[in-house]
Amino acid sequence: MSGKKEKQMLEIKGLHASVEGTEILKGLDLEVGAGEVHAIMGPNGSGKSTLANVLAGREEYQVDSGTVKYNGLDLLELAADERACEGIFMAFQYPVSIPGISNAYFLRTALNALRRYRDESEIDAVDFLELVRSRMELVGMDQKLLQRAVNDGFSGGEKKRNEILQMAVLDPKLSILDETDSGLDIDALRVVAAGVNALRTEDRSFIIVTHYQRLLDHIVPDRVHVLSGGRIVRSGGKDLALELEKEGYSWLEADDAKAGSGA
Amino acid sequence: MSEKDELRELADREYEYGFVTDVESDALPPGLDETTIKEISRLKCEPEWLLEFRLKAYRHWITMTDPSWAKVKRNTIDYQQIIYYSAPKAKKSIDSLDEVDPELLETFEKLGISLDEQKRLSGVAVDAVFDSVSVVTTFSDKLADLGIIFGSFSDAVNKHPELVRKYLGSVVPYTDNFFAALNAAVFSDGSFCYIPAGVKCPMELSTYFRINAAGTGQFERTLIVAEERSTVSYLEGCTAPMRDENQLHAAVVELVALEEATIKYSTIQNWYPGDSEGVGGIYNFVTKRGMCKGDRSKISWTQVETGSAVTWKYPSCVLLGDESVGEFYSVALTNNMQQADTGTKMVHIGKRTTSTIISKGISAGRGQNTYRGLVDVKKGAEGARNFSQCDSMLLGDRCGAHTFPYIEVRNPTAKVEHEATTSKIGEDQIFYCNQRGISTEDAISMIVNGFCKEVFSELPMEFAVEAQKLLAVSLEGSVG
Ligand SMILES: Nc1ncnc2c1ncn2[C@@H]1O[C@H](COP(=O)(O)OP(=O)(O)OP(=O)(O)O)[C@@H](O)[C@H]1O
Ligand SMILES: [Mg+2]
Repeated sequence: MSGKKEKQMLEIKGLHASVEGTEILKGLDLEVGAGEVHAIMGPNGSGKSTLANVLAGREEYQVDSGTVKYNGLDLLELAADERACEGIFMAFQYPVSIPGISNAYFLRTALNALRRYRDESEIDAVDFLELVRSRMELVGMDQKLLQRAVNDGFSGGEKKRNEILQMAVLDPKLSILDETDSGLDIDALRVVAAGVNALRTEDRSFIIVTHYQRLLDHIVPDRVHVLSGGRIVRSGGKDLALELEKEGYSWLEADDAKAGSGA
Repeated sequence: MSEKDELRELADREYEYGFVTDVESDALPPGLDETTIKEISRLKCEPEWLLEFRLKAYRHWITMTDPSWAKVKRNTIDYQQIIYYSAPKAKKSIDSLDEVDPELLETFEKLGISLDEQKRLSGVAVDAVFDSVSVVTTFSDKLADLGIIFGSFSDAVNKHPELVRKYLGSVVPYTDNFFAALNAAVFSDGSFCYIPAGVKCPMELSTYFRINAAGTGQFERTLIVAEERSTVSYLEGCTAPMRDENQLHAAVVELVALEEATIKYSTIQNWYPGDSEGVGGIYNFVTKRGMCKGDRSKISWTQVETGSAVTWKYPSCVLLGDESVGEFYSVALTNNMQQADTGTKMVHIGKRTTSTIISKGISAGRGQNTYRGLVDVKKGAEGARNFSQCDSMLLGDRCGAHTFPYIEVRNPTAKVEHEATTSKIGEDQIFYCNQRGISTEDAISMIVNGFCKEVFSELPMEFAVEAQKLLAVSLEGSVG
């Protein structure tokens, strides 16, 4: 692999995973260095969300073989909430609503869970509000949404912004954005991208799952990968995304065998 | 994987308050006949009229049959195996905590309701019912200055017989139902509270009940009378030690609100629900009713029910006075093999009477939760209004929720609204929380607390906090 490789954040080797007995990931390899942004593209149903869920530790997704190292930890040993506490964040393709719990309360509970894990004291209400307000500005979110129930009745775009708000408040090390750009209007897209870019530092990494080049116009990736049939079949620089946009995935079938081993 | 293990471990955790205090009891042998009742009355040095009341109730009770209509399954109760009277030995009246049996105080510590602490911190007057006789009453002096009477029922019988005689059985007559009759015959003690006209009780009045002596049925009797324009908030809470045989609890609570009086009655009920197979839990068959006797009077019931193996309980309001108001806010949680059949009756008699019913049922494990409510608008209840909302939440797929709203309207100007929802805590919600760093246990308790918010906000502050903790404890290990 090319690119900055001083410090490794994530190292996936030979990952096989299945859902309800069907194998979805079939020997996936991927390395993400600290501070890097990786884009993952690929046809519908190729396993992109599966990869995101496996990394986040969702129980329905069973890991059959392979290893995942994350900041020196054996990621697969950790429960989902522990992974989150270790700094893994997933922006859901379909954010879940929780009626009866205000967005603010939810976010504070989450933040305090992370702080407790790091042996820090809980954040008080005033500091919290200040933090959230500043982050809401960053993602251009209406303050009113704070008092609404988590994602309950939110528009598609509001839900996606809410995911980015949570990311900005929880300050993860590795963020996995699963099609956060789908369903966003151009302005929202820009705002989300600005949010991600503002968080981009040397020790935060991003895996961005997307179907469209337009997000990558705003968030310029270090690496672009094509996931197909449960494996990374092609990797390249930011230009690969442009190429894909032009040519689609029809080349995949013919190319499959060759590219599969070269990822 | 690790989550499952964690859940299993939590599920195996034993009932936190399942300990037994070793205080010597002074008890009658088990069994019930007229001699038992005379003996109870004699031991308690009661006046003749009260003995008569008991005997009439007993004679009525033996003509009745043990009901089985509620949607619950249970073992039959052998009423001859029950001990109907048991008193802690230290029976002389007590002025300070120093004179109280230290072991008893320790029990209260374990329950986290140290009287000492209560006295100092919260300004709550506590009438602690230990087994069947009140042992400690605090703050009475302060209350006495305002003319408020708050103490044990037996005490009130001796000191204020005219008040007790006037109101006893006036809201819940002994003919009302099987358990009310039994209670009237054998009730041991309980609380009595009287707020004089125009007085706003400056503190929450609180009683902690606790079932202790083995095989002792508890038959509490509570009577609260609020005179014109008075206000009182009353708290009742309880926990019970673990036992192998089912223990019967059949209390009666009567509230009387006169013109423009307000009574708020809050309950946290956390009796031993039995083990995960339902063995050894408490049977809780309580009759609670409030009478809004005066115009513009108000009675508000708030309850959080998490305990007992079997609960039947329908705190009700009879809205007699014009423009009187009845409220019922309830959270009932059933886990493992628990069964709860609760709800309320709102009887609208006066003009422009209004009632609100908010019921939240949570079922987990193999728990069965039933809401059974009656809104009964009588002919003369011109312009009566009711709003009912019954929400159920299911955790897992082996539990059940049932809703039976009965509505009878005999006045065409009345407006009755009913809403009901059923929801489930989904694995996707849990995972969403997990992914944000929130443990499964915390996620469930957060979601459940959110679901119960409207009811908790009706509870006095310190009770609301307790209620949240209690729900969390009761739900441990309920998803997986
Ligand atoms: N819970 C599930 N049960 C059964 N099959 C599933 C489940 N989750 C995913 N799959 C299947 O796994 C395959 C990969 O799905 P995944 O969601 O990972 O694709 P994706 O690459 O994210 O697609 P898209 O671009 O449409 O979001 C699909 O065939 C999908 O139907
Ligand atoms: Mg997807």
